Amino acid sequence: MSRAKLPRKSTNIDMTAMCDVAFLLLSFFILTTKFKPAEAITVTTPSSVASKVAPDKDIVLITIDKNGKVFLGLDDEDIKGAMVDIINKQKNISLDANAFKKAEFYGTPFSQLPQFLKIPKEDLKGDALPGIPVDSTKGPNELIEWMGIVHTAYENSGGKKINILLKGDNDSKYPSFDAVIKALKKNDFLKFQMVTNPEAVPIGSDLYKQPREDEGKK
Amino acid sequence: MAEMDTSSGGGHKKGPGVKKGKKLSTRVDLTPMVDLGFLLITFFIFTTTMSQATAFKLNLPKDADKPEDQNKAKESGVLTILLGKDNHIFYYEGMLDNSNASSKFKSANFGNGEDGIRTVIMRKKANTPPDDFVVVIKPNNECTYKNVVDILDEMSINVVKKYALVDISEVENQLVKVTEGAGK
Repeated sequence: MSRAKLPRKSTNIDMTAMCDVAFLLLSFFILTTKFKPAEAITVTTPSSVASKVAPDKDIVLITIDKNGKVFLGLDDEDIKGAMVDIINKQKNISLDANAFKKAEFYGTPFSQLPQFLKIPKEDLKGDALPGIPVDSTKGPNELIEWMGIVHTAYENSGGKKINILLKGDNDSKYPSFDAVIKALKKNDFLKFQMVTNPEAVPIGSDLYKQPREDEGKK
Repeated sequence: MAEMDTSSGGGHKKGPGVKKGKKLSTRVDLTPMVDLGFLLITFFIFTTTMSQATAFKLNLPKDADKPEDQNKAKESGVLTILLGKDNHIFYYEGMLDNSNASSKFKSANFGNGEDGIRTVIMRKKANTPPDDFVVVIKPNNECTYKNVVDILDEMSINVVKKYALVDISEVENQLVKVTEGAGK
């Protein structure tokens, strides 16, 4: 018996299509990658099991750096404009409204604000700034005043929502955190969110079991 | 004519003395290029931080001015957690007074083991009626922000409904410091 001879096929595969796909994906990833902008204040946040993504609009961001210095940042220019009016009135100083609006964060005592606003943006580094004084043993907790101003500014804005975010460094000590909480409480800001890195829910914990139980009930 | 004939083989027939140019394949081996492509893709996938920062919600209670407005917790259901420096955790159940301070005051850590604070919370939760179970967190001045967030996180991990962040009392602070000193 003679077997039918199979034509020997080449093992070469046309790689063009695969190459196309690879480079398409590559260009996609390159284009969608956003580089993290260099931050003026470096903060390493702790992690938590919270799964809600932090809001990025209408935020009031209170940052605590690793030395416990406190900074306040806002993103809404209208609010900042309202704030600068209030500060000028209350403190009897004349701050440059435009510079105040441009600043991304504030980190000095009120007395040094005029000088602070003159620092060009590139030179603003959290390490070099004194931070907003919060230690009540050394003087008044100025964050209370700041938050009061923010509160008034938001109240006059006509119902803008406010998201208070607290971004603390792992190594900062508790007193700063406590001072921030006190400043928030004093101004009736009773809800705030802490920026954290996501973390997996530990297996076997009550939280881990919870959704499963709920599913079982359905 | 000043035209170049690029087509090899096709068209007119060459004369008998003209050597036929070897037909070169235009195919290029694309395998290394694909390799490179995928290598770069993997690089970009790994360096892209997909993780968006999440937010951990905390609702504060309003400060009660009058003592009678303050929430009273049943003694049997209270677990007090004290946070000290260098990630030390101490805890006690119920009330602490001079007579029982040494036996009730225990230390724990952030681990998952028998001494871990998670085990402690779970044990206490299992042994207490749900309505009475309250965790009181008292950070002292030397503990870090991370410790506080970790403990608050522990509350959500163990689904503790009622917990409070309270200032540490002088007695407890002393006790934490003494115990920390003794442990060294």
